[in-house]
Amino acid sequence: MRFISSSLFTAILGCACAAGFTSLASAQDVPEVGPKPPLAIKTMESHIGNITGHSTSDNARYDYRRFCAGCHGVAGDGNGENAVWLDPKPRDFTIATFKCRSTLTGTLPTDEDLFKTIGRGIANSNMPVWNTISNQERADLVAYIKIFSPRWDKEKAGTPITIPPEPPVTLESISHGKALFTKLECWKCHGPHGEGDGPSASTLTDSKDNPIRPYNFAVAGNDSRFKCGSTNQDIYKIFMTGVDGTPMPSFADVIQPNDAWDLVHFLRTLQVHRKSKENEVLSAAHGVIPPYVDKTPRPSAAQADNKSSGGGQ
Amino acid sequence: MRTKQILLALLTLLVGSSLMFAGTVSGKVTYTGTPAKQKAIDMGKEPSCAKQHATPVLNETVVTGPDSALDNVVVYVSSGAPDDGQVPSQAVTYEQKGCQYIPHVLAMHVNQELKITNDDQTSHNIHPLAKVNQEWNKSQPPGTPPIVEKYTKPEFISVKCNIHPWMHGWFVVLNTNHYDVTKGGGDFKLPNLPPGKYTITAWQEDYGTQTADVTITGNETKDVNFTFKAKAY
Repeated sequence: MRFISSSLFTAILGCACAAGFTSLASAQDVPEVGPKPPLAIKTMESHIGNITGHSTSDNARYDYRRFCAGCHGVAGDGNGENAVWLDPKPRDFTIATFKCRSTLTGTLPTDEDLFKTIGRGIANSNMPVWNTISNQERADLVAYIKIFSPRWDKEKAGTPITIPPEPPVTLESISHGKALFTKLECWKCHGPHGEGDGPSASTLTDSKDNPIRPYNFAVAGNDSRFKCGSTNQDIYKIFMTGVDGTPMPSFADVIQPNDAWDLVHFLRTLQVHRKSKENEVLSAAHGVIPPYVDKTPRPSAAQADNKSSGGGQ
Repeated sequence: MRTKQILLALLTLLVGSSLMFAGTVSGKVTYTGTPAKQKAIDMGKEPSCAKQHATPVLNETVVTGPDSALDNVVVYVSSGAPDDGQVPSQAVTYEQKGCQYIPHVLAMHVNQELKITNDDQTSHNIHPLAKVNQEWNKSQPPGTPPIVEKYTKPEFISVKCNIHPWMHGWFVVLNTNHYDVTKGGGDFKLPNLPPGKYTITAWQEDYGTQTADVTITGNETKDVNFTFKAKAY
């Protein structure tokens, strides 16, 4: 009796298991969890060096959903479930306006710009440094974010600006930079010492009408980082391309490349807590920036000299 | 020979008639109710501009005229116009003067040249917040040449200066040349409309849009008026 019932039990168990497995095998392969990805993904590509990224690859689809959608949203519109707690807000890919570019204001960034932004993260924001994913995955994600805006279909990326070689850091360069800082009225937002406390600072809003603060150069520590990279070349790019989507405009039409470098050198001295060549040069001059003297030869002055020498005869 | 003459005559008549018959749609844009009081702008933060105005200027979101007229309303043919597609060769100008945008609402054709000048002693940054067109942001210090741009798609673009937060204006990019912007009395006039059925749209930045359908059969002037309900705030 007991023998029969145990074998019967095993048989029933076996049948139940078989039935269970059968039903699992007929279920969908991908479990239905989380928000649904967009059903149709446009085929977009990215080219960074010799890596080609594809928006339709598994990498792109799963990595975006796993790493990006929480902030940037499943629809890429910056309305991920975390977005309500974030400031600044995550980028809205549907309007294809990007802060950190090597291309002129109003134009699309290059694939490399986007690739670098993902890898570098954005300082002083919630965009992490994504050095945890492979280069191929990163390239695939660059391709993926292009599906959210129709601008990528027809418009080409802008032409990257040419960054001329950096001239030496001299006190004169810093002094000219300071004169430019005043003349171009950077202090109106950034404040006279670059502390983000200029007269217009409190009223600034980004392009989605969220309040935004201008960069504070004097933050403490050796850690004052810029959003779009920390080299002098990166700073040069910021005011030549503007930080699109924010109040920071492009000065490309109003500043000469050499003047731009002088401004970069001066800006580095505003980072009072950071060790830099510029701060070394400044402290060698006892921390005093002399007023800028424009040594450009003036044709009108030469003529006046001629006239006065003629008149004095 | 006679057939040829008749055909020629008919052809001339046909061509001539299309040139001869051109109607006009004109009218007035008014409001009902009481518009919100426009606040005076405090330009204290920019003394070089503040001193250009004997009395503080008012916010220009709602600009009214005598007899309940509503100004700065863009009235345009939104459908039915044989799309000229003709881009006017003359540029339109947007001035920054006294820390204000003149005109407050600038209408232009797609791809028409737009010239932006800075007549002030202070820098401005010109930041049109386009969403369909490209959004760009350029600094324009005093004494620098005009910025020349153009827009490739129709859009109502809000324009601002980040340095002077009270500065606000509009670029209205249309794909038709049949438009007018009411000024000083709420009147508008849309001439040179060949016979056909048209939809006329009136847009005011705060009160939204209104449409009216009109049919032109010949040389007549059709009277079309728009009345917007004013908002209390």
